[in-house]
Amino acid sequence: MALIHDLAVQFAQMLVVLMLAPGLVGLVRKVKARLTRRRGASVVQPYRDLSRLIRKEVVLAENASWLFRVAPYLIFAATWVAAALVPTFATGLEFSWSADLIAIIALLASARFFLALAGMDVGTAFGGIGSSREVMIASLAEPAMLMIVFTLALIAGSTQLSTIAAFMNSPAVGLSVSLGLALVALVIVAVAENGRIPVDNPATHLELTMVHEAMVLEYSGRHLALIELAAALKLLLYTSLIACIFAPWDIAGPEAGLATIAIGAAAYVIKLAIGGALLAVFETAITKMRVFRVPQFIGAALMLGLLGTLLRFVSGGF
Amino acid sequence: MSLVVVLACVAALLIASVLGAATARTRAGTPLVYGVSLAACGVALVAALAQLLSNEAAPTLVLPLALPWLGAHFRIDVLAAFFLVVVDLGGGAASLYALGYGVHEEAPQRVLPFYPAFLAGMNLVVIADDAFTFLLCWEFMSLTSWALVMAHHRDADNRRAGFIYLVMASFGTFALMLAFGLLAGPAGGYAFEVMRAGQHGPLIAALVLTLALLGAGSKAGLVPLHVWLPLAHPAAPSHVSALMSGVMTKVAVYGFIRIVLDLLGVPSWWASMAVLAIAGITTVMGVLYALMQHDLKRLLAYHTVENIGIVFIGVGLAMGFKANAMPLAAALAFTAALFHVFNHSLFKSLLFFGAGSVLTATGECDMENLGGLIHRMPYAAFAFLVGCAAISALPPLNGFVSEWLTFQAILLSPAVAQWGLKMLVPGVGALLALSAALAAACFVKAYGVTFLGRPRSPAAETATETDRFSLTAMFGLAALCLLAGILPGFVIDALAPVSQALIGSRMPIQASDPWLSIVPIAASRSSYDGLLVFVFIGLASLIVAWTIHRFASRAFRRSAAWDCGTPDPSPLTQYTAASFAQPIRRVYGTLVFRAHERVDMPLPGDARPAALRVSLRDLAWDWCYAPIEGSIATTAGRLNQLQFLTIRKYLSLVFALLVVLLLVLTIWL
Repeated sequence: MALIHDLAVQFAQMLVVLMLAPGLVGLVRKVKARLTRRRGASVVQPYRDLSRLIRKEVVLAENASWLFRVAPYLIFAATWVAAALVPTFATGLEFSWSADLIAIIALLASARFFLALAGMDVGTAFGGIGSSREVMIASLAEPAMLMIVFTLALIAGSTQLSTIAAFMNSPAVGLSVSLGLALVALVIVAVAENGRIPVDNPATHLELTMVHEAMVLEYSGRHLALIELAAALKLLLYTSLIACIFAPWDIAGPEAGLATIAIGAAAYVIKLAIGGALLAVFETAITKMRVFRVPQFIGAALMLGLLGTLLRFVSGGF
Repeated sequence: MSLVVVLACVAALLIASVLGAATARTRAGTPLVYGVSLAACGVALVAALAQLLSNEAAPTLVLPLALPWLGAHFRIDVLAAFFLVVVDLGGGAASLYALGYGVHEEAPQRVLPFYPAFLAGMNLVVIADDAFTFLLCWEFMSLTSWALVMAHHRDADNRRAGFIYLVMASFGTFALMLAFGLLAGPAGGYAFEVMRAGQHGPLIAALVLTLALLGAGSKAGLVPLHVWLPLAHPAAPSHVSALMSGVMTKVAVYGFIRIVLDLLGVPSWWASMAVLAIAGITTVMGVLYALMQHDLKRLLAYHTVENIGIVFIGVGLAMGFKANAMPLAAALAFTAALFHVFNHSLFKSLLFFGAGSVLTATGECDMENLGGLIHRMPYAAFAFLVGCAAISALPPLNGFVSEWLTFQAILLSPAVAQWGLKMLVPGVGALLALSAALAAACFVKAYGVTFLGRPRSPAAETATETDRFSLTAMFGLAALCLLAGILPGFVIDALAPVSQALIGSRMPIQASDPWLSIVPIAASRSSYDGLLVFVFIGLASLIVAWTIHRFASRAFRRSAAWDCGTPDPSPLTQYTAASFAQPIRRVYGTLVFRAHERVDMPLPGDARPAALRVSLRDLAWDWCYAPIEGSIATTAGRLNQLQFLTIRKYLSLVFALLVVLLLVLTIWL
């Protein structure tokens, strides 16, 4: 019975993240538009874009190789698997033990690896510029993320995300300096990893500032749809990650009944909405950085993460 | 039994070496030598695997060779068996590859006699059981590999690489000799058995550790002793490069583990701090050096330095945990190190094979002249991609598992007692995390510039797929990378006896865990299942591909690249290796390499082309080797004057020396 329950939760989660991800992107866009006194497109616009893209024919560059055609599927699959393992509305995921937080980070790194390769494949200057900047940003954001994972793992005594979420939801956790540091660092990493302002601008068409958009410039049709959906999933993943670690309220535990799960789901949607709105406010209030200022920004996250880990190493109390 | 088999294989290799010398100039030479090497390595691999998995007592043998009162001791304990597996797997794969690759060799008489001898030397080092035999075989291995580095000696760069390698190898052997001398003590017990039983004071332990770090570390490529490695490894023919990078560095790791963890007894915590600090720096420096390279083989060689750093992080952690009497954690760290040894020998060999195929197909290893090879060499490109993903520690491949285990070991280290270690380990963890991300960047660059994009030279445009033997070797290694990644539990279980023997504890049995997952400590703490992750990714991409193709659209059309509406026909406008690494160079290079960019922009009306010059300095060279080189040159210059004295001055010098010696004698006695 427990197995069926957990399996059901797992599959529900896989569908929920897939369904909600474009909505979160739409929400962020909508709030940003309202904040800049525009009406903006509807929240469901990303769904419409995706369904349009999926049905369009793919225009492949003449020089594109098989890697270029396979990469979108791999990127999407890796991101989806990663997103399916982050507790959203319930912690009792059947397969959460198959990959801990370090493995989830590494799955996202796999997706990025293939995206950066795809950017290089056609052999245009824009693809190269995007890939080269992306790996530079990742070379700082990924260690920062791992340091955050270290801090959390040392606090919760586990790298297993379900265990961490359950621990953060229990009374055993108190306020601690390293948790605060981890939160700030995680927000910076999330902003950087998702290519949001001030690191990258998802809406830009100014070539010199683009990173993610430059890598996917040659993509079209269903390939582009998959990459866009993967990007949306990644945004959802980081939002869920922050929510399940730092706002784990009302997450349904393992073996929870339907009512608890419903409450968990409602709470999750509210958390996502708040997260998306905060991101929109943050993005509106700040300007895009020069590319070579970005390392200092993410470097700060790395240092905060390292400091948090160091504090946990020298004393359990901080 | 297994020992006799391995020794017989070594004898076969030595015979093959003689045969190679005799038949090098005939057409039969290449298949004969590599065929015999392949067979010998295969048999030795089976024997070593049987010994590793069988739990039998270690076979020993004393041959009446070498020093008459000592004899040559040989023994295959579990540690030796594991490293034999690594050596012979790498050796077998390289021989298979060379069956195809070796045909293109211009000077087979400079490769064929030394190649099997090199393999024999590596096998012998691992099974040697006394200091004399060990050093003899170690030097034999060094000299044969030196001969292979000098195979293409008409290139001045290769000659320089060979010279530096020879100097560093002699220095390393010298350090190891002193280390064994200290371990043997005044009684001169040179058999490992005697050394293991002996008690060593803290001073001796510190000296032996330093000497082992210098001796084995210089062979393995620890920073700052790595300078010879990126010169010598790429200079050799590619299958030898694969052996040197993938296997010989592992023999060096074996030497270090044998001396420090086996012969020296229980390590002290400060010893582990020294190892960890050097390993952490090695890891990041190695990958940063690699990122700055534009020669494919040199990039791979520098990247070996990084991976050796990861292995030594594991070894250092194991030493620290063992000193703190934390058996489980020590077993975890040690297993992670050995796992990475195994993994690295797989994917580094694979990558060097790929580089060799590129070299054969295009005559180029400079990435700035390559590009677009994925169209011309689809199979080699696929295998190389697997290697790149594995070495970048991407799940579900094997590189990730060993790094994951190392991270798990780091997370156990707050429980150590010493403050020094507590402060150091998080820093090392950060360096390891940094290097993992940089490695991915490095291999996006290596693969993207070499295999993707448009060809940058006619040679790259007309390249053809590599031969069957090479492809078989590459795909075999790629399959092993995947297998070790999705079934890591079996590898960990196979490594358990090694860690039991060296550390005194082992990781829990993994094969019985549900769904073949790996659980280093406890399921609530951390677990990873490569198989499930692999299946999930595969299923998810298949479901999506099927759904979209079935219900939405599967139409596609080829057209010119979009490139924001202004595609440039010249392949020169693509990103190059140098431009790809530029952001990273600006972030890290200004500090680490004193990187300096100078833009030379001609004034209007001036017809000169504009130029951007980048200067990088190698601080290891500047700080460690340049002073030594300089002082030797200065001293030699001063002493040179002694050669041009008059007979009178020589006589007075001799007289002065005589007086000084007599004075010394009188004062002394």
